[in-house]
Amino acid sequence: MYEQENNHRFEFYGEGLPGVDLSELRGRLIVIEGPDGVGRSTQVSMLKPWLESNGHAVLDTGMTRSALAGKGIKQAKEGITLGPISLSLFYATDFADRLENEMIPALRAGFIVLTDRYIYSLMARAIVRGLDAAWIKSVYGMALKPDAVFYLRAELKDLIPRVLSSPTGFDYWESGMDMHLGEDLFDSFNIYQTKMLSVFDSMIDEYGFEVIDATQPIDTIYRSLQRRIGRLLREMY
Amino acid sequence: MQMYGDHQFSGKLFIVEGIDGSGKSTQLSLLQQWLRREGYLVFFSEWNSSPLVKDTTRRGKKKQMLTPTTFSLIHATDFADRIERHIIPPLKAGAIVLADRYIYTAFARDAARGVSPRWVRELYRFAVKPTVAFYFSVPLEVSLKRILGARAGLKYYEAGMDLELSDDIEESFRIFQGMIRDRYEEMIEEFGLTVIDATRSIEEQQNDVRAIVERELVGVPKHPAPHLEFEED
Repeated sequence: MYEQENNHRFEFYGEGLPGVDLSELRGRLIVIEGPDGVGRSTQVSMLKPWLESNGHAVLDTGMTRSALAGKGIKQAKEGITLGPISLSLFYATDFADRLENEMIPALRAGFIVLTDRYIYSLMARAIVRGLDAAWIKSVYGMALKPDAVFYLRAELKDLIPRVLSSPTGFDYWESGMDMHLGEDLFDSFNIYQTKMLSVFDSMIDEYGFEVIDATQPIDTIYRSLQRRIGRLLREMY
Repeated sequence: MQMYGDHQFSGKLFIVEGIDGSGKSTQLSLLQQWLRREGYLVFFSEWNSSPLVKDTTRRGKKKQMLTPTTFSLIHATDFADRIERHIIPPLKAGAIVLADRYIYTAFARDAARGVSPRWVRELYRFAVKPTVAFYFSVPLEVSLKRILGARAGLKYYEAGMDLELSDDIEESFRIFQGMIRDRYEEMIEEFGLTVIDATRSIEEQQNDVRAIVERELVGVPKHPAPHLEFEED
């Protein structure tokens, strides 16, 4: 079968994965990042049908859903039985499973992979929990560099009303309660999310995040993402 | 977060490495009995996976859904759990910790699977550097003779069947063990492994192991437990 020559070239962040021929990856990898409660999944759920209606095949994916480790991570979070290094590596296992078994096959088939979070959230969680930044970065050296990372940015004060408008309110993990930072969920949430935001901000330049102000109306953010993604995809053909 | 070589504990960590059939577990068990009899506080770190990680590993192995990278990462997760739960706390408490297999197993096995040696070394940098890492060096044919006769069935990943070296599981195991052995031999210098010639008699090997361990125990307190009843041999 004749295939058009692939002039798009993916790269790994570091040592990469064995057995992956990067020249075979024809799709695009688009990441939506940002703190908890910032509206990432809302945007993904709007972008997917839009892309599909424009004729693109889309794989939407998110964290801790892998066939291999997704279930174990859910159990670990319920029972809180793993230490910070083990939990970070469990997340990395889950990520690698999705990267190799979902994202890379989809990219090979020419899909647009739209992922709600990527390695940056996972690295930020690890760094905030006191793990070595250079270490966690090298662990994720197996990850592909995305074509674009949209960072939905908000301040702590903007996150709180969003969290409270959800039926579950403050979440144990999103409040970093495992770190024993504060008296209650609210105190802990403030300290934890402040640390997370500062780690995210520190990644903007290093990883080339495109920053989008997440305090704008949903429609405005959506249009902004459409514009940017549209530009990216025009370069595909 | 402390990295390899940075940890300072009052306890001591002795680990054994070597290919299957090198006799390392026998030697470690003999060492443990001697240390206990001498009155040291000994903690034996078994490869007791946390149930969570164990379930995931089992699922991955049963369905043969592990790639070299996820194989490496799930074992690193398991190892991290062991470090955080069963190695660092007893070392802080001043115990002598014994471990059957350590990070070098992963370096040898994962590199044989094609994972980047540099990446996997970085991955395990959270590990505590052992006081002494014993490597039981044995020619491939000797180790194969010891185990292939004795064991009932080889397992898929254990035999390296995922590498598609051979359709015959025993032949695949032979080739895979040889690859792992080559990696071990390369690591002797890199990590300063203490080589024990595992073709010698069990008693000779154990005498050497005890002499080397004893040198590291100067000043380590003994904890005789006179109030406890021990079973006599």
